Amino acid sequence: MAVLNALIEAAGLEKTYPARDRKGTAFRAVAGVDFQVHRGEAFGFLGPNGAGKSSTMRMLAGVSAPTAGTLRILGLDPVADGRRVRARLGVVPQDDSLDTQLTVEENLLVYGLYFGLSRRAVRARAGELLEFARLEDKAGERVEHLSGGMRRRLTIARALINEPEILLLDEPTTGLDPQARHVLWDRLFRLKQDGVTLILTTHYMDEAEQLCDRLVVMDKGLIADEGSPRELIERHVTREVLELRFPPGEHEEVGRKLGDQVEVLPDRLLWYADDGEQALAQATEAGVRPLTALVRRTGLEDVFLRLTGRSLTD
Amino acid sequence: MAFRALAYWLVRYRRTWRGTIVVSVANPILFLLAIGAGLGTLVEGTVEGASYLAFFAPGLLAAATLQNAFVEAGFKVNSALRRERIYSTAAATPLEPGHILAGHLMFITLRLMLSAAAFVVVMALFGLTGSVGVALAVTLAATLTGLAFAAPLAAWAVTVSDFPQLNTVFRFVVMPMYLFSGTFFSVTQLPGPLRAVAYALPLWHGVDLCRALALGTATPGTSLLHAGYLTLCCVAGVLVARVTFRRCLHA
Repeated sequence: MAVLNALIEAAGLEKTYPARDRKGTAFRAVAGVDFQVHRGEAFGFLGPNGAGKSSTMRMLAGVSAPTAGTLRILGLDPVADGRRVRARLGVVPQDDSLDTQLTVEENLLVYGLYFGLSRRAVRARAGELLEFARLEDKAGERVEHLSGGMRRRLTIARALINEPEILLLDEPTTGLDPQARHVLWDRLFRLKQDGVTLILTTHYMDEAEQLCDRLVVMDKGLIADEGSPRELIERHVTREVLELRFPPGEHEEVGRKLGDQVEVLPDRLLWYADDGEQALAQATEAGVRPLTALVRRTGLEDVFLRLTGRSLTD
Repeated sequence: MAFRALAYWLVRYRRTWRGTIVVSVANPILFLLAIGAGLGTLVEGTVEGASYLAFFAPGLLAAATLQNAFVEAGFKVNSALRRERIYSTAAATPLEPGHILAGHLMFITLRLMLSAAAFVVVMALFGLTGSVGVALAVTLAATLTGLAFAAPLAAWAVTVSDFPQLNTVFRFVVMPMYLFSGTFFSVTQLPGPLRAVAYALPLWHGVDLCRALALGTATPGTSLLHAGYLTLCCVAGVLVARVTFRRCLHA
């Protein structure tokens, strides 16, 4: 009974921001999207900047009323029952928004008070959360002295203070170094094991492949496609891809020569084929002499380029 | 719910309160020494029946509270939404925009009252407050004056996306009001039309209320009129702020 398990149901969801002044024009950030999120899954919104991911997340967080369509979160209307919905959500905003003047512990305290927890309850929970975020020895440290990775982990710990059923993460690892990203992914994976439903936006393909059971690719306020990473790859691209690089300016010309199976990007050509080596042999036969040639397995990045390629170039 | 939002500001204030008290005491001492006791000696005779220092001090109190209100409700409200994102953090929790507004206004009231109280203590050191009762009344009058500005300022500042705009308003709205509301001289000295303008300024009502209470010349009628006008500004500000806070926090 998938319907019973749907924690979040969106149908025809739209968000239009009114014009800022009389000269401005209204901006439709989300142009009608449908999706469902089920209990316990990790669901991703993938898309280029301006695709409408963050606007969708704000509606899911119960702080932005949809302009049109319906949205049910935990069976409730996030506008009419905003308070009850938000009490059961955890939100990790893109920019942390921690109070850098306060200590790690104080940040958890004030946030816990927002949820109506007692000081004693927050203190008890803070120990667990700091351990989870691997910040046990930083409790009394001011946030301004923490690294970016530590701040992000603290923001996640803070979002867990009310034991949320759903955790919303807006670009959770943007700006972090590789080690910090892996630590964070590990923590998020643990949360998922504990049954927390994760909803995240990202424009990192490896992150989406690592974390998401299911994802939607958004572009220009619409959903371009939906599925598991594997399904999307099988649906939109071949098993392998041949990457060819040429001196600047020659891409267009070679692209014309090789025909429709080739995608021309600013820095390289992509030739999608089930057998990449064979494609390379064909190219060599056709007299093409690339600077470098690389055959690799296709991934979500290729799906992303296929589905949103046009808007990447502007 | 609003008290949860207030709790945040109190936790934060725990770090800075010592510094703010020092500033709240040192500022009036410097001003009263330099302008009241220093420049004031050049003023011959009395102003509205009082020595220049006794005339100037309560006026400066009201004007200083306006300045504090601008810092607390103008700059800090704007920064709480845009730069520090304090409001959006709170908005992600069960708190509604109205609670976030109410919590912050409660904290602003506390700050204004503490600064006014520090000022009044300094006035007492200069022998300018008659009794504890007068001191209390003047403190409350100054706080009300501050709130008459703080509420409308918060309503507006939350909508400002361009920070320098705040400075512009400070320079071209707050400063002229500061100078021409009877702080430094009696508005009766102003030519007719300008005097009418001064009487319409909320700050003049605050200045006159604080001054009359401090000098013991207050009458129930004018005091009620002043307090009523200031309360009206405050209530109107809160009502508008409830709308603008919702619009900006739940965009």
